[in-house]
Amino acid sequence: MTSLSHAVNDSALMLGRNLRHTLRNPSTLFGSLLVPIILILVFVYILGGAFTAGGEYVDYIAPGGLVLTMGYGVASTAIAVANDMADGIIARFRTMAISRAAVLTGHVVGSSLRTVVCVALVIGVLLIMGFRPSAGFAEWLGVAGVVVMMALATSWLTVAFGLAAKTVEGASFATFPLVFLPFISSAFAPTNTMPAAVRWFTDNQPFTPVIETLRGLLIGTPIGDSWIWAVIWCALMAFGGYFWARALFNR
Amino acid sequence: MIAATGLRKSFGGNVVLDGIDLDIAEGSIFSMLGPNGAGKTTTVRILSTLVRPDAGQVSIAGHDLITQPHAVRAVIGVTGQFSAVDNLLTGEENLALMAGLLRLDRRHRRTRVARLLDQFELTEAAGKPVSTYSGGMRRRLDLAMTLVGRPRVIFLDEPTTGLDPRSRRAMWDRIRDLAAAGITIFLTTQYLEEADRLADRIVVLDHGSIVAQGTAEELKRRVPGGHIRLQFGDIAGLAAAEQVLETTGRDDDTLALQVPYDGDVRSLRALLDRLGTAAVEIESLSVHTPDLDDVFLALTGRSATLEVS
Repeated sequence: MTSLSHAVNDSALMLGRNLRHTLRNPSTLFGSLLVPIILILVFVYILGGAFTAGGEYVDYIAPGGLVLTMGYGVASTAIAVANDMADGIIARFRTMAISRAAVLTGHVVGSSLRTVVCVALVIGVLLIMGFRPSAGFAEWLGVAGVVVMMALATSWLTVAFGLAAKTVEGASFATFPLVFLPFISSAFAPTNTMPAAVRWFTDNQPFTPVIETLRGLLIGTPIGDSWIWAVIWCALMAFGGYFWARALFNR
Repeated sequence: MIAATGLRKSFGGNVVLDGIDLDIAEGSIFSMLGPNGAGKTTTVRILSTLVRPDAGQVSIAGHDLITQPHAVRAVIGVTGQFSAVDNLLTGEENLALMAGLLRLDRRHRRTRVARLLDQFELTEAAGKPVSTYSGGMRRRLDLAMTLVGRPRVIFLDEPTTGLDPRSRRAMWDRIRDLAAAGITIFLTTQYLEEADRLADRIVVLDHGSIVAQGTAEELKRRVPGGHIRLQFGDIAGLAAAEQVLETTGRDDDTLALQVPYDGDVRSLRALLDRLGTAAVEIESLSVHTPDLDDVFLALTGRSATLEVS
């Protein structure tokens, strides 16, 4: 076997381990689904009446809800990686003659799969709540592409967080920006309603272009160059997370 | 099998290993003894490719540790101080994961896993998640996982810490069996009895340096630890005995005297005769032959057993 097929074999085994973990410990999955769903319900049914974002508010916040779901979805990955470190099982893998990247790849792919499933379920909840996207088949493909891209990018970042953290609690805290930044973005209100300084931040942080791209694909608002920024930010997070995680793993 | 020269490592200016040489023969049980913080775990982490040494040459089964870490990993197995098992998987799944990662022939994986489960008395618990296992079962599974790849060298970092005496003895038997099968064992321990029972060769590590090495017998011979402890009913008896004996220690609180003893029955009889002639009554007598604890105390100035807690 070549070293590439070794890496694929090892990564697949690690992914299998990861998915078993998810199935054996469903509370983690429910937890990362529950919070974004509750927040979406709060925004739409409690705060939503006071907003005029043009059109139905549930349509406006749907993309933000998806990004929030991704944030909570990948946050649990940092905790899973930190747990592996604390258990010593990563040390065991590191003393074995296996593909060095497999442990990390297994976590990233597992995390991305979990997150994509969470996003699909949240889309279902949004549809029940009256979300009526105008997206056709091509747009839905685009949505899937953005979701997968974002999930992979943030997963690499959270794997690095998990490896860098000294404790499991530390790993949990490190993911705070991922679940908090969506709130300081165009997720729940248009940025032109915000004070200038806040607006500058919301316009230039990674989640806003992703949200704007998704919104454009889902309900037909103008996308402009948002998609380019979304790709750039995701690439930065993915490569940054990848090289950071690899350096930490080989340390 | 393992040859190391001039191994050094410091963490942030704190010297943990200060030039260690090791030469370990194939199929032998080699034990590294030392108090907490002596550098035992760091040595294992370096030899098992987890940590790079600052200086020094190491070769394991003919492979250079620094330039061929992958080749070294292929011949070693590591069972750490804290069991590195996957708690959410079952025992069988843990072993199957190892078999898959080590790319054992698919046809043999199942039988290999079943044999290891049987050998380590885990067949009954094979389908249960490891989180439900007892401490002893986890250690057994950990060692079984290490053996899936048929390593030629096994590092056991304090393999019996926290185990009850029965599980400890069972683990000792397994370790002996592995060495008998030709596997080289590198054992670190805080239990002197463990090193005494198992090891062909022992090194004593203190403050990152080797302070003594040899067989258990050789090490014991180096310290004059043998003595007889005599306890008396009252202080008068103690004082009378001290007049007629050559003592090396007196404890008024417990009314005890310590007398050097070389292990010869005739000198014991002579001692009792002398006390009889002086009409001194002894309340109790205990013979103390030197053990590794004495070696440890003499070499490091600390008692190993006190360091355990």
